[in-house]
Amino acid sequence: MELWYTEEHSENVRFSIRVEKQLYSAKSKFQRIDVFEAKEFGRFLTLDGLMMVTEKDEFIYHDMIVHVPMATNPKIQKVLVIGAGDGGTVRELTRYDSIDTIDMVEIDQMVVEACKKYLPQTSSRLEDPRVNLHFEDGLKFVREKENVYDLIIVDSTDPFGPGEGLFTKEFYGNCYKALTAEGILVNQHECPYYDDYAVSMKRAHRRICETFPVVKVYQAHIPTYPSGHWLFGFASKKFDPVKDLQADQWNALGLQTKYYNTELHQGAFAIPNYVKDLLEEANHE
Amino acid sequence: MNPQEETPIYDALQRYIKNRIVSFDVPGHKQGKGHSALLEAFGEKCLSMDLNSSKPLDNLTHPTSIIRDAEALAAEAFGAGWAFLMVNGTTSAVQAMIFACCKRGEEVILPRNVHKSVINALVLCGAVPVYVNPGVNREFGISLGMSVKDVADAIENHPHAKAVFINHPTYYGICGDLRAMTDLAHQRGMKVLVDEAHGTHFYFGEGLPLSAMAAGADMASVSMHKTGGSLTQSSILLLKNKEDAGHLRQIINLTQTTSASYLLMASLDIARKNLVLHGKETFQRVKELSAYARHEINKMEGLRAFGPEIIDNDYVYDFDVTKLSIHTRNLGLAGIEVYDILRDEFGIQIEFGDIGNVLAIISVGDRELEVERLLGALSEICRRFRKKPINMLDHEYIDPLVVMSPQEAFYGQKRAVAMERSCGLVSGEFVMAYPPGIPILAPGERITEEIIDYIRYAKEKGCMLMGTKDRDMNIIETVEE
Repeated sequence: MELWYTEEHSENVRFSIRVEKQLYSAKSKFQRIDVFEAKEFGRFLTLDGLMMVTEKDEFIYHDMIVHVPMATNPKIQKVLVIGAGDGGTVRELTRYDSIDTIDMVEIDQMVVEACKKYLPQTSSRLEDPRVNLHFEDGLKFVREKENVYDLIIVDSTDPFGPGEGLFTKEFYGNCYKALTAEGILVNQHECPYYDDYAVSMKRAHRRICETFPVVKVYQAHIPTYPSGHWLFGFASKKFDPVKDLQADQWNALGLQTKYYNTELHQGAFAIPNYVKDLLEEANHE
Repeated sequence: MNPQEETPIYDALQRYIKNRIVSFDVPGHKQGKGHSALLEAFGEKCLSMDLNSSKPLDNLTHPTSIIRDAEALAAEAFGAGWAFLMVNGTTSAVQAMIFACCKRGEEVILPRNVHKSVINALVLCGAVPVYVNPGVNREFGISLGMSVKDVADAIENHPHAKAVFINHPTYYGICGDLRAMTDLAHQRGMKVLVDEAHGTHFYFGEGLPLSAMAAGADMASVSMHKTGGSLTQSSILLLKNKEDAGHLRQIINLTQTTSASYLLMASLDIARKNLVLHGKETFQRVKELSAYARHEINKMEGLRAFGPEIIDNDYVYDFDVTKLSIHTRNLGLAGIEVYDILRDEFGIQIEFGDIGNVLAIISVGDRELEVERLLGALSEICRRFRKKPINMLDHEYIDPLVVMSPQEAFYGQKRAVAMERSCGLVSGEFVMAYPPGIPILAPGERITEEIIDYIRYAKEKGCMLMGTKDRDMNIIETVEE
């Protein structure tokens, strides 16, 4: 028997993984949730059929979304995580003793429950006493906060469906308001390669540029995401992620990481010319 | 099966298509076969239903089968004697109501904040308006419903008027005491005509203002496409007394297209079914969303989303809680400015902005996610765009001075005059500030200094001014007395 999971990375490009078995399938108020098990990637979670996280390559994404801001400002204490229902971002954050609060806002409680049950690799630290789980709309949550967080991580789905509000001007503006004067916003920034994703990427970049004084984009190689080339956004009121990198301080923490290191941190901000052009275009649209 | 689960027009269209009838009639695109660009744009399913009147599909100008069945179901759904499917917009329903009751020179009592379609109908038929002050809420600068006393006075002073015309609700969701006004008018033998364009949901939701048919009104125009979920331009005209249906059909046929769109008619059919089957829970959800949005907005300094607390049992007898009107003056921004910022900065299109307010329509199609986006954007506007509260021109009621009937003025001998120098003359044109589309001047009315000031101000604030031949509205056509 052949059982394959397929995602359309573009109208004309497909990505497939041979599936051993399906562990979970349900429809929540917001989306369809599936967990599969595969030989090549281990267990993986999809939302509305789109790849979110696999056991084999999740370390890349979670390293890059967490350690880059943490090495830029190791004094971060209060963190807001939006989305991130699989728990991987929170897992990495809990490795820092210096962090005292992690508010995680996920709109879909069923995603968290499914991940707790089927993806313990990422969801293992959701019970950490510093973690407060809120099941509500991220935009609503952040609207009511002012000058509270040192770091906001937007670990969202794509900007169609329930994640749509997390790519809007009103969202970035409310994040700016919710951050302290030293605040940093990091977001998953889509892929520059396929046109449909590039459109979302550019739009998000333009809106962040209109909101924050310091805006940079960095990249990572994530095999299961469309084109494998994925971007992250770094925006802040003060810190430059390259100039202000506290490499010695971070290395002194002695955290073992499989992807991130402080040289890679600097290199990740060196982006290809075509991506530079896209970002340039975004600001002139 | 509950007859309301049926959709006779849609079903007939499906049967027609299944029978693969060869078409040598209009429309010429022949279900898109001859027009690939059209097919590409609208899709096969849509074009296959764009058909012509014929025996199996009935005819809107003289319905005898499926359209008649659909109208009977609609009448039952709305508690009316008869219901007419309208394909020329609610404008055509409003015109039919006026044409059915008033002839040249006869009076009709109406609030000044009527939709322009009503005054256009007067231009066409020659009836004379008797305007009633709809009342003003000074805090928000909005016009209200009429008070029963003012209507009683108008009836007393104009005992030969043929009809009383009522907005129910206004754009802002405000309702007067419809039952009391209806009873008063009926006691004096006047018809009661209701512009219920924004009140479709009154017939299907709970805890909403009284509907026109339930209040005993003679006719009501219901914009199904506004809050009821049918396609744009489709509407329903309700008639209380079934015996008058033949006459009203003749009136409608005076101006109605003879090529009624089956897409529009089928959408009315489907929307009516959906409202009957799911209206109660849908509008419950709409009410909850609006109440939540009001509550959240009222926490934002400078914004005020008004609700049922403005009921004063006089000019505001009831309030439609599905409407989300937000007063912006204390933020230092005109409603029209907030309206523009929402669209240009945040990609959010709302229904309208006037001088002091914006109005967001929340309906069948809305979800929490979009409401959160609106709230997020409003909170950003409060943070980033706040100015000092400004004294805005008071939106006083400008009592129109009707010098001649709209028809006489519209067709009279005209003379173009600079707006700034037109004081004291009689207008031959409309002047509308859009939004909210309520006349500042109608043909046949005296131009005053106050009116010229108001036009200048509305222009400054970025309202779209329409109605005059001169697109920039520097020149107005006046009419010889």
